Amino acid sequence: MDTILQVRELTRRFGGLTAVNNVSFDVREREILSVIGPNGAGKSTLFKLIASFLKPTSGEVLYRGERISGLAPHIAARKGVVRTFQETTIFRNMTVRENVIVAHHLRSRASLLGFFVGTGTAREDERAFGASADEILDFLNLTELANEKARNLPHGHLRALGIAIGLATDPAVLLLDEPFAGMNHDETHKAVAMVRRLRERGLTVLLVEHDMPAVMKISDRIVVINFGQKIAEGTPVDIQNNDRVIEAYLGAEDEAIGL
Amino acid sequence: MNRTLRLLGVAAFLVAVFVVVPLLISVTGRKDVYYTLTSVALLSIASAGVWLTFYIGRINMGQGAFALMGAYVTAVLVNHYGVAFWWTLPAAGLFCAVASLLIGLPILRLRGVYFAMVSLVLTEVTRLLALALPVTEGAKGITNIPLPGAISLFGLTIVPDFATLENPRIAFYYLAATLMVLCFAGMYRLVHSRIGHICMSLQQNEELASSIGVNIVHLRLIAFAISSFLGGISGATFAAVTQSVYPSSFTVTDSVNFMLNCFLGGLGYVFGPMLGTLTLYFGWNLLFQTGEFQLLIYSSLMIILMLVLPNGLLSLGEGRRKG
Repeated sequence: MDTILQVRELTRRFGGLTAVNNVSFDVREREILSVIGPNGAGKSTLFKLIASFLKPTSGEVLYRGERISGLAPHIAARKGVVRTFQETTIFRNMTVRENVIVAHHLRSRASLLGFFVGTGTAREDERAFGASADEILDFLNLTELANEKARNLPHGHLRALGIAIGLATDPAVLLLDEPFAGMNHDETHKAVAMVRRLRERGLTVLLVEHDMPAVMKISDRIVVINFGQKIAEGTPVDIQNNDRVIEAYLGAEDEAIGL
Repeated sequence: MNRTLRLLGVAAFLVAVFVVVPLLISVTGRKDVYYTLTSVALLSIASAGVWLTFYIGRINMGQGAFALMGAYVTAVLVNHYGVAFWWTLPAAGLFCAVASLLIGLPILRLRGVYFAMVSLVLTEVTRLLALALPVTEGAKGITNIPLPGAISLFGLTIVPDFATLENPRIAFYYLAATLMVLCFAGMYRLVHSRIGHICMSLQQNEELASSIGVNIVHLRLIAFAISSFLGGISGATFAAVTQSVYPSSFTVTDSVNFMLNCFLGGLGYVFGPMLGTLTLYFGWNLLFQTGEFQLLIYSSLMIILMLVLPNGLLSLGEGRRKG
């Protein structure tokens, strides 16, 4: 399989603290790769570095050989690497459908001026965005809530909306920020199935997650981070039997790492 | 149905502004009202600009600066260089738009109260600049600005020379009303097109907006430039109406008022700033009779209104439609 994303010796310091220290790994095309690690291991920082929400102190992230780190988030998104947020980050005062339609920004062929005067291209765009939004809402089982104001949405659906917004940008790589956090067993089960369907759509999925059983179930490969450094990389089975990983999680229940 | 209703509303508004109001004034003989309404129209244009910056999530208290700049651009160009007023009007708008790009680049990174504070300072800085620069002629300002001349196209006079008119106030009223109608028609289109939704995405969550590929720096600058353009147009026309401009023509108070107009009318409604300006301007003048209590009553009323109607006067109609 081809490599779609390369993380190269990525380092990020905050003052005296090195949150991410010389981390390298590859993400392959149409793979589900999870980054795990104990609290404070630097997962979130790594996530933001890849999505270009933070500039690395050194190192770089390459998307199909092109550097995307250290630029602006909208440039990374334009190239095809899009992140989702945890559930509170939505456009609260728009309806669910409006949220998804506005997120089609990168697909517009008309200019802002074109949308202002309402050229043919602009109208075509708007029609296409509407149709695409309906398809995405259907894909994520949000159709019934399409005209609901986003701020009134129940928790479980908020995360689906976040992913819908991400999908609207037509990404090649979707970065999911703790997609299973706060979910019960049933909800996690459904969410795992949904992430698999994302891959069936042709996406590469990179997720940062706490929920070990879910990660073990869903991932093709796992990268383990501790104290900002990569301590292991491999298939779920490799990771479960890795001494350094077990050591990093020492004190945690065996069950927590899926043993 | 909805569309017909909207068209009827627009037609009724246009008839009211361009036919009914002048008719009423000529019947009652209150020609002074022309000046008041001209002011309202022009101030509502500047307020519309402020409203647009609210729409992208910035509290703009710097519109006075751009109105003052616009007024000086017109005054200097007309008086010192003999340029026709009609050319200076777009020039003033463009000058302000370019100035706002330069100013906006560093300060639009700030959010919330920090942007509000810097923009407030901007008004004061512009006033001090107007006092200090040689071209603006200091505290005595620029006076005796000639009235706008005629506009002719292919030998046909479209707009007569204001100086030849019996009452230029009426002409200024029509000019200001036309500008206001154009401004709000443009704003309506902007907000109800896809651009409006993108602006709104910025207001609601800048991080998410940039994650879906919106160049937030770019868009903030565009909105601020449009806002300042409107401020400049408003100020330039004011200079022509009053035939003068002083450093104190637009002060911090005006900047704050532009913002209050938006609050009062409603930040969620394109026509909010228009209604807000009308209400505040007339409200303030009506309270004049209360003498030394004017400010006290005025500010108490404002506080009560904001508590009772946090979404502005136009939210009254919304509530009824829903209920």
